[in-house]
Amino acid sequence: MEELIISAEHEEKNYWRDLWSYRELLYFLAWRDILVRYKQTTVGVAWAVIRPVLQIAIFTFLFQRVAKMSSGDIPYVLLVTGGTLPWGLFASTFSAAGDSLISSSNLISKIYFPRLLVPASTLVVGLVDFAISLSILVVLMIWYRYVPDFRILTLPLFIILAMMASLGAGLWLAALTVKYRDFRFISPFIVQIGFFISPVGFASSNITTPWERVLYSLNPMVGVIDGYRWAIFRGSTPFYWPGLLLSLSVSGFLLFTAIKYFRHTEKSFVDLI
Amino acid sequence: MSDYCISVEHLTKRYRLGQGGSSNDGLRHQLEAGVRALFTLGRGTSKGNKARPAQNEDFFALNDVSFTVKPGEVLGVIGRNGAGKSTLLKILSRITPPTSGQIRVRGRIASLLEVGTGFHPDLTGRENIFLNGAILGMTRAEITRKLDEIIAFAEIERFIDTPVKRYSSGMYVRLAFAVAAHLEPEILIVDEVLAVGDAQFQKKCIGKMNEVAQSHGRTVLFVSHQMSAVRKLCSKGLLLTAGQTGGPGPVEEVIQAYLGKISASERTLDLTKVKHDAYAMQTARLECLSIDDNCPVAYGEPLTFHLDVTCDTAIADAILGVCFDTAEGYRVITLDSDVCGKVLDFSKGKYRVTFKLPRNPLSPGLYNIGCAMFSGGAILDSCNAGVWEVVTGQGDTMTNRGYGGARLTFDTEVAKL
Repeated sequence: MEELIISAEHEEKNYWRDLWSYRELLYFLAWRDILVRYKQTTVGVAWAVIRPVLQIAIFTFLFQRVAKMSSGDIPYVLLVTGGTLPWGLFASTFSAAGDSLISSSNLISKIYFPRLLVPASTLVVGLVDFAISLSILVVLMIWYRYVPDFRILTLPLFIILAMMASLGAGLWLAALTVKYRDFRFISPFIVQIGFFISPVGFASSNITTPWERVLYSLNPMVGVIDGYRWAIFRGSTPFYWPGLLLSLSVSGFLLFTAIKYFRHTEKSFVDLI
Repeated sequence: MSDYCISVEHLTKRYRLGQGGSSNDGLRHQLEAGVRALFTLGRGTSKGNKARPAQNEDFFALNDVSFTVKPGEVLGVIGRNGAGKSTLLKILSRITPPTSGQIRVRGRIASLLEVGTGFHPDLTGRENIFLNGAILGMTRAEITRKLDEIIAFAEIERFIDTPVKRYSSGMYVRLAFAVAAHLEPEILIVDEVLAVGDAQFQKKCIGKMNEVAQSHGRTVLFVSHQMSAVRKLCSKGLLLTAGQTGGPGPVEEVIQAYLGKISASERTLDLTKVKHDAYAMQTARLECLSIDDNCPVAYGEPLTFHLDVTCDTAIADAILGVCFDTAEGYRVITLDSDVCGKVLDFSKGKYRVTFKLPRNPLSPGLYNIGCAMFSGGAILDSCNAGVWEVVTGQGDTMTNRGYGGARLTFDTEVAKL
């Protein structure tokens, strides 16, 4: 019979197998959050569309009319939509993941399950919202009679990249918030600043100096958003390889270290929460 | 030795007292330590120079605990509040890691430290069954298969699609326990979850647990303050005293050892050290509540205790009251001095009022004691004094029949009709 050993050591051999055997809980946690979010609201799931639509409208107005930025040969509203959707995925996952462990403290102090599932479930919720808001893009593209080409097939790869960046940053924030509540105040700042240093409302090609562009691409969401636009808008923005590679390595590094830190600290969560 | 399903070896859990984890080594603290480390880097300070709280702030919830549990055994874990019972269960449930030592567990383990963990008030009964089941480690297929059985056990068929926030507390508990009762682990860990719910449902739960332990040959670890439940369910007992244990023994012996210990301590409750409710007219203070020397606190035996008060001014027509609440917060009896017809007129000074019960009617268990002093319809002072345990009296051979909080003596007469 298999034997489980509980001791003070951090490393557990069957960490990943354990996680796998609890995979249904990931689904249920996400399912709960989605169910609960729209209970007792009048318009329900429509909020998942209304919010990004308003955002897109405001950003388009701000960046096109007020800041007078150029979008090349695609309608500005499409450019903004291409940036808002992946940014929304990142921002909502990041902030929800940060608070997730604290708001599940009751669960964490009463029962064992792989703690990683709690912040991970916020990514699932973020993805569902993302999928719903993709319909906005589809409607806009039909409206502007904009037909994507074969490059659209690469979109899932960029979605995965966005997931990596969101989960990496989210896990870091979640684990840190348990110990240092300071991060509850820091995370809205990160989202706000992140919005301005990501090409959500404008195209990265506005940054022309090469070294500035490299520096700019250290933000993993730059590569993600550029990739989205490249995939959706028939490559109208030229592909920027250094940006993608930087984004990939920064997201990968973020995710790897986040999982490491999370595993290192998760056992003590219950004593701190 | 090899025939075990849980083997606990030198288990120790240390908590740091004082500031608690969060503020003592908060971000600022860490940053400071980091900066300081940078500056002292070149000077070659010794490693032992780490900023650590003094050793005397450490508290050992468990201290070198070792025991084994054999498959099919039902082990009752007993001990006073703070003896380490919950910590032991939390470590066994993998909620918190031990500081040192280890536990080997053979078999699938499920723990129930609370009923309805993860219940969401906005979800319906049916939705919560799935959520709670998944949290407890059931698969979706397993839950779907047992859904009807769970709903029937909880007796809430009509309300299964209503959000649980609209449930009565009884329905809520029944649903929560029903899910837990349908878990099928090899080892089940249960904390004092039976303290909730009404007597009848408690009985049903104990019955279900008995069934689990006996017919399915499962191992159960059970923590409770209700000695009658421990007696009924468990074959062996484990007594924890201040984080230490002498190992498992026959349940009756362990219970006796526990009761022997508890009745000897904290018979005097110093009320100057507990929180008092604040009143505008605080002209008197409750000072001390104490059991008379050598008087047992046992069901069916006489009980004599004293309440000491200090009056700052003369207080006429005062009433002193002492009440006994169960751990769940139900008031069982109230002893108000005016009920026995005594008129208390105090002048300034300190007084001792003695309460004498010819026969303690309280069923064995833990009671929260509240004290209060009134005069002319106004409360002058009141507080929660503490907890007393009423133990089984010498002549008491009854086990738990669901008596409720108090038992009275009475006669029956039979007439043939």
